[in-house]
Amino acid sequence: MTSSLERSPSLISEATIGKQKPHEPILTVRDLSVVFPDGNGGLEALRGVTFSVWPREFVCVLGPSGSGKSTLLRVLAGLLPPTRGEVRFRCADAKGGNGLPRIGFVFQQANLMPWRTVLENITLPLELAGVNNGAARARARKLIDLVGLQGFEENWPRDLSGGMAQRVAIARALIHDPDILLLDEPFGSLDALTRERMGAELLRIWQAHQKTVIMVTHSISEALFLADRVLLLSARPGRIKLDMAVDLPRPRREEMRYTAKFGKLARRLKEAIE
Amino acid sequence: MQINLVNKVNNAVPHRLRRRGSLWPVLLSVFLALLAWDMTSRLTNLPAFILPSPLQVGERFLRALSDGSLLRHTWVTFQEVVLGLIFGVTFAVFLGYLLAKSPWFERLVSPYLVASQAVPIVAIAPLLVIWFGPGMLSKVLICALIVFFPVLVNTVVGLRAVPASLRDLMRSLRASHWQVLRYLEIPATLPIFLGGLRIGATLSVIGAVVGEFVGADRGLGFLINVGRGQYDTALVFVAVFTLVALALSLYGGVALLESVLLSWQEWRRE
Repeated sequence: MTSSLERSPSLISEATIGKQKPHEPILTVRDLSVVFPDGNGGLEALRGVTFSVWPREFVCVLGPSGSGKSTLLRVLAGLLPPTRGEVRFRCADAKGGNGLPRIGFVFQQANLMPWRTVLENITLPLELAGVNNGAARARARKLIDLVGLQGFEENWPRDLSGGMAQRVAIARALIHDPDILLLDEPFGSLDALTRERMGAELLRIWQAHQKTVIMVTHSISEALFLADRVLLLSARPGRIKLDMAVDLPRPRREEMRYTAKFGKLARRLKEAIE
Repeated sequence: MQINLVNKVNNAVPHRLRRRGSLWPVLLSVFLALLAWDMTSRLTNLPAFILPSPLQVGERFLRALSDGSLLRHTWVTFQEVVLGLIFGVTFAVFLGYLLAKSPWFERLVSPYLVASQAVPIVAIAPLLVIWFGPGMLSKVLICALIVFFPVLVNTVVGLRAVPASLRDLMRSLRASHWQVLRYLEIPATLPIFLGGLRIGATLSVIGAVVGEFVGADRGLGFLINVGRGQYDTALVFVAVFTLVALALSLYGGVALLESVLLSWQEWRRE
């Protein structure tokens, strides 16, 4: 359903523009504002948000609850039309059809279809795109290997733990080779240990697939561990308070969480939030 | 429309009626019931036109079976029930989809829908027979009418219960309306819809009998009338038991459909 995107003139995709220059952003957000109508003037969720994301960048959006992080992600995914401002994608080719970017979205909850098996949940985006079943299943099996769910192909989602279900959701978000991966607090509902393991897992997957990732989180250490850049949103209405590069070396390891550099960056974020 | 009604309808049938394991308890309870019936008819010494014994009913059953009348009447009622189900369900699903999708349309028609439920079907059955004749058509319409409402309500409730997060997923994947219907709305609505269909299937049998009582020259309802008129009470019993069997097999058919289509549901785990 692309109607909200088509109706909104401010969402422009330049997917058909030929070869992109290596240093051009894949996503440009300019002066984005979102107001939810609520009867008395509206609830302002985002105000004047401007930023760019470059190809293969891993960006974390951090902010207190109610700062419009999820709203921002919903606008980027085309689920919500912006009130003002512009969201511009520049994709390598018109992969999404109608010149729109292909989105891989991972929700807070795994959001699997309970009537589909693990494998069928992962193939869904390809089925919608009209890819034939054999090819879709073959690709899904590769992703099942990648996320470490071998042997669970024919299981129902009800049989999975929270972490396993979220791996299925990640595989599903990757299968149609999206231009951009949007993650909305994907590990928010997991326990702390699973959460750290999934973070490391995500890094490994990201390194294997070289996707552009925008991930919403409210955990400072998660943001620092994963991201190339952290965007810090202020409390409502959400504005960009800080755009900080995370110059920690890659590949990142668990021990890195305890280094002085990590601590310094964490303190900086912490101070900016308060 | 205030669809709170549906909870009542849904709760009327416990979610888990299928028996697991051995068939013995069922057979035993049937045997005991027959025994009690037989004892009653023996001890009270009532005449057969008031309470026939199981043996007399069994004998009447074989007679009706061998002269072909039972099958002929059952076939008529079966057709009425199934055709009524098909029409009622089709219309209910179609209208239910529109109602669930358009609040405007819902406000437009819901007063009539609710009012229509206040009219007892027994009261309008004579009207339908006057308008559409004593043949099969009026019975099919009565069945369709009685099936319509529970299926409609369950369709609307089922469609409304489709998780918003899955709708978001489909939108983020740029699914078309048709794809949302096929990949999300139909499978997500199916459990609640089939619950309505189960109720509808048994109601449809009631509808057919009501119609046949009012005016017909065929069908199991007609057979009951004939038995009553001739003091052939054993025949009434035969017709009643056949109706019960008909309703049970329809109910079982839907239950079978459920166990095939909804094998993913938690409580169906073997």
